[in-house]
Amino acid sequence: MAILLSRRSNLLAVVVLLLCQLFLYATVSSSGSVLKQGGGEEFSEELLLKPFPDRKVLAHFHFQSRAPHSSSHGRHHHLFPKAIAQLVKKFRVKEMELSFTQGRWRYEQWGGFDPLSSNNAKPPGVELWAVFDVPQSLVDVYWRNLTHTLSGLFCASINFLESSTTYSAPELTFKPSFGNLRYGTLPREAVCTENLTPWLKLLPCRDKAGLSALMDRPSIYRGFYHSQRLRLTSSESGSDEVDSGIGLDQTLTVVLQPSSWRTGKTYSVETNIQPSWSISSIFGRNIPGKCVIAKSSNVYLQLDNGLVGELKNLERENAKYVANTFESEGFQSNHAFKISVTPDKVFEEVDNLHGKSTSVIYGFSVEKYSDSQPFDLGLTWKIPVVWSCQQAPLHASRFLMGSGNERGAIAISLEPTESSEGLPTSHIIDGRCELRVDIFQVVPWYIKVYFHTLQVFVDKQPRAMADVVDKIRVSPSKDKVSPGVMEMILKLPCGSKSAAFSLEFDKGFLHIDEYPPDANQGFDIPSALISFPSFNARMNFSEDEFLNNSPILSKFQHALQRHHHYMHSICIVFWIIAQCASEAC
Amino acid sequence: MAETEVSKKRKRPIVRLAVLLLSHSVLVSVICCTAGVFGLLLLPVLAKNTYISENALMPGSASSMLSNQEVSEANKLIKELNNLHSNPLGATTESHGIIAKYMSNLGAQVNNHKFHPQLNQFHPLHFFSGPDSGVMQENSTRSLYGINTVGIIRAPRGDGKEAIVLVTPYNAVKGGVRETLSLGIAYSVFSLLTRVTWLAKDIIWLVADSQYGEYAPVAAWLRDYHTPAFSNLDSLNTETCHVGNNNFESKISYGIRRSGTMAAALVLGVAYGNENEDTLGIYAEASNGQMPNLDLINIVHYLAVHRQGLRVKVEQFHWLLNSKWVKSLGEVFESLGKMVKTLNPDWKLGISAADYVEGAATLASSLYHQALGVPTGPHGAFRDYQVDAITLEFSLRISFDRLDRRNDFLLHGGRLIEGVIRSVNNLLEKFHQSFFLYLLTSPSKFVSVGVYMIAFALLVAPLPVVAASLYAKTLDLNPTSEKDKSATSNELGSVLQSWKWLNSVKTVFVVHFWGATVSLLPYFISQIPDSDPTTNFSVWILLSILSLEILRWILVSPSSHIYGLPQGEWAILKSATISSFFIGLGLMSVINFATAEIGALLMVPMALMAHPLKLDVRGQSLRSILRMICNLVLGVISFPPATFFVFKGVIEGFSGIKAGDFWNWVESLWAWNSATYLYIAARS
Repeated sequence: MAILLSRRSNLLAVVVLLLCQLFLYATVSSSGSVLKQGGGEEFSEELLLKPFPDRKVLAHFHFQSRAPHSSSHGRHHHLFPKAIAQLVKKFRVKEMELSFTQGRWRYEQWGGFDPLSSNNAKPPGVELWAVFDVPQSLVDVYWRNLTHTLSGLFCASINFLESSTTYSAPELTFKPSFGNLRYGTLPREAVCTENLTPWLKLLPCRDKAGLSALMDRPSIYRGFYHSQRLRLTSSESGSDEVDSGIGLDQTLTVVLQPSSWRTGKTYSVETNIQPSWSISSIFGRNIPGKCVIAKSSNVYLQLDNGLVGELKNLERENAKYVANTFESEGFQSNHAFKISVTPDKVFEEVDNLHGKSTSVIYGFSVEKYSDSQPFDLGLTWKIPVVWSCQQAPLHASRFLMGSGNERGAIAISLEPTESSEGLPTSHIIDGRCELRVDIFQVVPWYIKVYFHTLQVFVDKQPRAMADVVDKIRVSPSKDKVSPGVMEMILKLPCGSKSAAFSLEFDKGFLHIDEYPPDANQGFDIPSALISFPSFNARMNFSEDEFLNNSPILSKFQHALQRHHHYMHSICIVFWIIAQCASEAC
Repeated sequence: MAETEVSKKRKRPIVRLAVLLLSHSVLVSVICCTAGVFGLLLLPVLAKNTYISENALMPGSASSMLSNQEVSEANKLIKELNNLHSNPLGATTESHGIIAKYMSNLGAQVNNHKFHPQLNQFHPLHFFSGPDSGVMQENSTRSLYGINTVGIIRAPRGDGKEAIVLVTPYNAVKGGVRETLSLGIAYSVFSLLTRVTWLAKDIIWLVADSQYGEYAPVAAWLRDYHTPAFSNLDSLNTETCHVGNNNFESKISYGIRRSGTMAAALVLGVAYGNENEDTLGIYAEASNGQMPNLDLINIVHYLAVHRQGLRVKVEQFHWLLNSKWVKSLGEVFESLGKMVKTLNPDWKLGISAADYVEGAATLASSLYHQALGVPTGPHGAFRDYQVDAITLEFSLRISFDRLDRRNDFLLHGGRLIEGVIRSVNNLLEKFHQSFFLYLLTSPSKFVSVGVYMIAFALLVAPLPVVAASLYAKTLDLNPTSEKDKSATSNELGSVLQSWKWLNSVKTVFVVHFWGATVSLLPYFISQIPDSDPTTNFSVWILLSILSLEILRWILVSPSSHIYGLPQGEWAILKSATISSFFIGLGLMSVINFATAEIGALLMVPMALMAHPLKLDVRGQSLRSILRMICNLVLGVISFPPATFFVFKGVIEGFSGIKAGDFWNWVESLWAWNSATYLYIAARS
């Protein structure tokens, strides 16, 4: 036996040695090639600004890093963050998205239909999903390891997603997957600078140069919405030349209130004039030129189609300005507003599906600016304009019903938004007009949902489930093991005025040490996700080659992501008996 | 014999104590009762100062941000609404439009909520079912409706899981300056809160249409908020039968908008004060004697007194303030306190006589309102959904016509509300740290459950003792028969003997059943159309007597031995009645302490004194006559309140849950009362 063992160990040693040599050789050769072609890695930074109807301004930073697949280029990177590359390699991540969000995206005011909102509106707290390139039996193990790594990387308690009670494996509604997708949320995770700093460290210029220099912490955390996102895609080399390798998209979406409007005269009921702002007034900083390593560095200003339509109407009314058309002038300086910098490019959306007004995007290149002459874009309004953003086809809300300490119900209500009278006609199957709606909801195990109590009301009439629900997948929760998951594919008849679903539940009785700290705060049910697969959130632009180089705009154009809409988390308060001991109650 | 002696000695001390108590039951009950009443009177002395228990609240730690700017904006709203009142035609819809316009201009989400006022219904069993989704009767109330206007500010940082509610009752038709002023306060706070960045909980401002009372709109809104009806039964809020020709108005939806669970609710009101200084009245009692968490009252009191310089008062019985005996009692306690202080300076029991009188008056009112179970304001509706809520009523020393005075008032009121909201906003958890069970003796003093329960326990303690001693006595009365039976070992006989109490329990049960029937009757009587309270009441009395006769005929007369009056039979009956009292009072003290306390005050002496009138009449001694008079007086005293309150209930017809709670109170008291009453009646 002993001989056999020693032989084996010998063999092992030889193999290891061989491997090491191979590896060394590979790295040396590959590093040479990296130097030759600039690494094949690229980085680009962009910022999109957009005024909102409720006097707020959206700022959307987008940083994109790409690296060829590590197997062909070795372990060394010039621009691409090594931590991410290692993570992708080690955990065989095919796709991953991690978001830290504070505040709510207001679908009614900020729109829910354009690609920007449907990609970047995220539920409060932390959301993580990942697709792994491993056999199904191993997915859970890889997920657990991934959560711990991310937790360390981003200074967040993502490691709590390790427990099988917190994550789920959606199959129908979230994303087409084959059992290797995992999805988990931490609705109560607080988001702060400690999460932003490691995120910035992944950028080649950090926040020292380029667009990220704008990220003055007090200003970006003063906002009404703050969502920091990291999205990874990796594909095996050889499959597709362009997309092979690892792609890292880092976005930061903030909605800020330009401060000028408060300092001036008091806001009075009569004047609806929008606040004028500039980059320096919003962030308190300027853009000191581009990040030198970046391939491109652009700032965009988007006026959405509602606003453009409204402006055109105003234009038409004012006969004086009739000659001044949008196409020729790009209307950066017209009677309604003034942009302080002349745009380098103007993109206009072509052929919107609805044939109504189209949105306009002004592009500014930061490359010619420097420390001595910083870039500061300003928008000054001259006349009051009132418009509304494009809404999602349905307004969805979820709430708790009932009161008391024992039971209740979760209700989801869908109502057509103001823009569309009744449900928009979209999908005609067998002569019947139907709207497909997907709902994905995860409920923690201590909320014992009785799925058989699912009630469906369309137009205030109770309906049989089979009439409305096309497909349903329910995995009931197991105590202390797994959460309950409900996925529904609905087919709502067009023209319905309302739809509602209710599910009854009992509040589970928890053992004293199963309560989290501050137990009287209650428990959060994570956000539910509703999507409209029959609607594509995309924009079409006429010019192509520039757009392909711009991550934001190409996202707009090629976004075939489904229309996602989060219903914000709700909180259930459990009666805490154990706490009473502390003081008379 | 020696063996039995040994066994007697071996009896455990607790058993010996019980035997001792039983043998001196009269003495024990007298001492306990006196101590109980004394303890109740001592409560104002024992009251502790309130303190803010939850550290997270931190009231007043941030300086107030409300400035004259918000006040001047609020003044605009007030002015516009007051102008409307000068021409009452169409003021209702327009005022809603104006309020909604102001709200949405601030950036809040606005919706209207339409509701039908509930009929004055008397639902005896409503209490048990709890608030349900408003399934209304399809009757004539369809045409009557009110419109609440609701504005919601979404907190910039929050995730919308929690909300704080501001309620201002507003009657668009009859509302005077008073109500527009409370709207002004709420508006100034609301406009500030749309701009602050520290908000973590959503703010809901409910302008409740109070033309059908202040309680009904709030209750209706809460019901639709928590338990909406999805089906077609109540299509109230979707129909757009709206006359507003205003373009803006038609945009406001009637669908209810929601935020998260409510952390706290504040109801604002303004009253014309006739006092020397600006005061703030706090009303806290919700249905069925439930109170909001003491911390909520504490922060309001703290901010009002220490930050805004308002005088805070809670409800008092004013007649008690002037009563001689309370004053003299206060003096006694004052001198007692001084004496105690000479014995040990660390004991701080002494309070001045004036303080005592104040405390007693407040305590009595607090007890009364809790016992009555009728909420003292719209805040009561919130407690049914476990939301802590209070009503704040500002009263001014002079009229509101002078603008500078009014601005000052708006500023102070607004800052107070802002401070309270900011404190509640700090809360991470729901209110749980401080007391829920307490009695107030002044805005800053309270008696906690641990103290007042002692008085109650002392008062109720004689009941089991007397019951046990009575039972023991009856067993002793016929010891010979028992011995015979044991000698002959007649199994059946001994079983019968030991189960003799079942008969009396049956009687008690029958009487309670009658009580329950009688108390259910008003519901059916109220169904009779077109009847005035007096006929209702007489019908009720007639029916109850009838049902009593029927019951007696069916159930009681077969067991005619009750009339046969075997020696000791009445004692068993009394002991059974007393036991049932004890159980009832004990249970009631858990549900609603104040009711149990008042019930115990009335019932315990009567229950203990009760003695068959016939025997008394036969006895002819001075003692028995005295006892008879006592019985009759007590019986009459404890009977009329029930009749009075039920009468009131029938006339005024408390709606919904209020009636239910009121009912609960009446039923318990009634059941006990009638039992005793009938018992006495049956004896005579």
